Amino acid sequence: MSHVTALLPPQAPPPAPAKPFTTGRFFGNLFIGVWLALTIGIFLMMVEGWDPEKFTKYGPSYLSGLGVTLLLVGLSVVLGGILSLPLAFARMSKNKAFSWFAYGYVYFFRGTPLLTQLFLVYYGLGSFSAELKAWGLWWFFRDAWNCALLTFTLNTAAYQAEILRGAIESVARGQHEGAAALGLPKRIAFFKVILPQALIVALRPYGNEIILMIKGSAIVAIVTVFDLMGETRRAFSRTFDYQAYLWAALLYLIIVELLRNLWAWLEARLTRHLKR
Amino acid sequence: MGGFFTAIVEAASAFLGIIDPLCGPIGIFKLFAGNTLLACGDAGWGDEIALGFLVTGTLAVATLPIGLVMGFFIALAKQSEEKSLRLSANIYTTLFRGLPELLTLFIVYYGLQILVQNFMTAIGYDGRVEINAFAAGMVALGVVFSAYCSEVLLSAFKAIPRGQYEAGYALGLHRGRTMRLIVLPQLIRVALPGLGNLWMALLKDTALVSVIGLPDILRQTGVAARVTKQAFEFYAIACLLFLILAFLSSLVFSAIEGWAKRSEVAR
Repeated sequence: MSHVTALLPPQAPPPAPAKPFTTGRFFGNLFIGVWLALTIGIFLMMVEGWDPEKFTKYGPSYLSGLGVTLLLVGLSVVLGGILSLPLAFARMSKNKAFSWFAYGYVYFFRGTPLLTQLFLVYYGLGSFSAELKAWGLWWFFRDAWNCALLTFTLNTAAYQAEILRGAIESVARGQHEGAAALGLPKRIAFFKVILPQALIVALRPYGNEIILMIKGSAIVAIVTVFDLMGETRRAFSRTFDYQAYLWAALLYLIIVELLRNLWAWLEARLTRHLKR
Repeated sequence: MGGFFTAIVEAASAFLGIIDPLCGPIGIFKLFAGNTLLACGDAGWGDEIALGFLVTGTLAVATLPIGLVMGFFIALAKQSEEKSLRLSANIYTTLFRGLPELLTLFIVYYGLQILVQNFMTAIGYDGRVEINAFAAGMVALGVVFSAYCSEVLLSAFKAIPRGQYEAGYALGLHRGRTMRLIVLPQLIRVALPGLGNLWMALLKDTALVSVIGLPDILRQTGVAARVTKQAFEFYAIACLLFLILAFLSSLVFSAIEGWAKRSEVAR
């Protein structure tokens, strides 16, 4: 009987098969190239057109514009959130009059562009200046900022009412029955059992709504409110420098991305008991 | 050749004149608003607003196929095995979902102008280049729509089980036919509600192109409001027209949804 006396020396693994150069890879490289070229082009354009005088002149006004945008969105989201509570309950109520009113309200504000609503409030109500003066409301509607705040509040209330209604209706029937079986009164059951579960469902849509409001708020620039977009338009109309828009784009992107990541973290944190 | 095109354009406008729901022979304004500010012709603003209605509708309808096709390919790129393709698609969506639509519109409008102007100067033409507001609006809205559309389609793709593709390959269909005959019909069914929402958003975003001077509903009613000093009435009409568009498209969408779900009815 013969047996093996010498072990084979260790050998290198066979070479990995060459990655095929697929169409997908070609297009992937092409698009990455396009993005790189665009980034470099925009960067070079900014370096070439860099003007410290313009930067010191318009930089602070961009920041104040950013403040106006954030204040406007923050206030209108909070006020709209308060207004959305009765709306959502009216929408779910068994009373036909209430639910039809809420349905009409939501349908109107979700079915028409925000810009049209803003014009309707600012220019439209502005044409009734005599009546408004008689009622002592003219000081409010004279100012474009107030009109924008009112429009945004009414608009976001409609969207938030739908979010809230959807979330409350998504809580399973068994939760209501469980609370009733424990002998909890309706009000306590709602606040302690139903609402916390509904708000977790509503968290993501709320985040989307805030981002949509930040993006939508750019239109107030058209009715002479100097938010970030308004300051951008002012800077562009004075300098005719295309960079003005690029800086605004950068600021908007930063806010939206920050908010998106904050919301992702918040959601992960608040739903950690649901992880399996 | 020129005469042929003029004939086609004339025929099309004549046809549109007949079926025009606002100012045609059986139009709403013609029938009910004969002697008011909304009358058609020189006496009122009916025909101007009808033109705006047509422009808004045309812009939205013309943007839809571009956005859908681009969104479909971006969704494919996002679930590709190729890393560079995924990365570039993700940059695209992050960018255009993060920018305000108005800012995108301005960037496209002025940016295209600068690009085309530089290009024309480079090849030796030194006139002023004007970018068509309709084209700029179509590009900007299409880009935004495709970014959102790719997300909707991506989540719809995830809802289709792997076995559907495998079944297609087992039947001997190659990748394109599997996609077209097996995956796409199911994809449409799953993605339709999301696409409906996007269509509504697109319809509302068309109001923004009035800012760069396209005569859409909002611009035409705005001009009328400034001239007649009856801002509330005209902007209310603008709202009403947008509501009508939204209502009509919800009817169309429920019809399409019924069509897409016709195989489930029996169950």
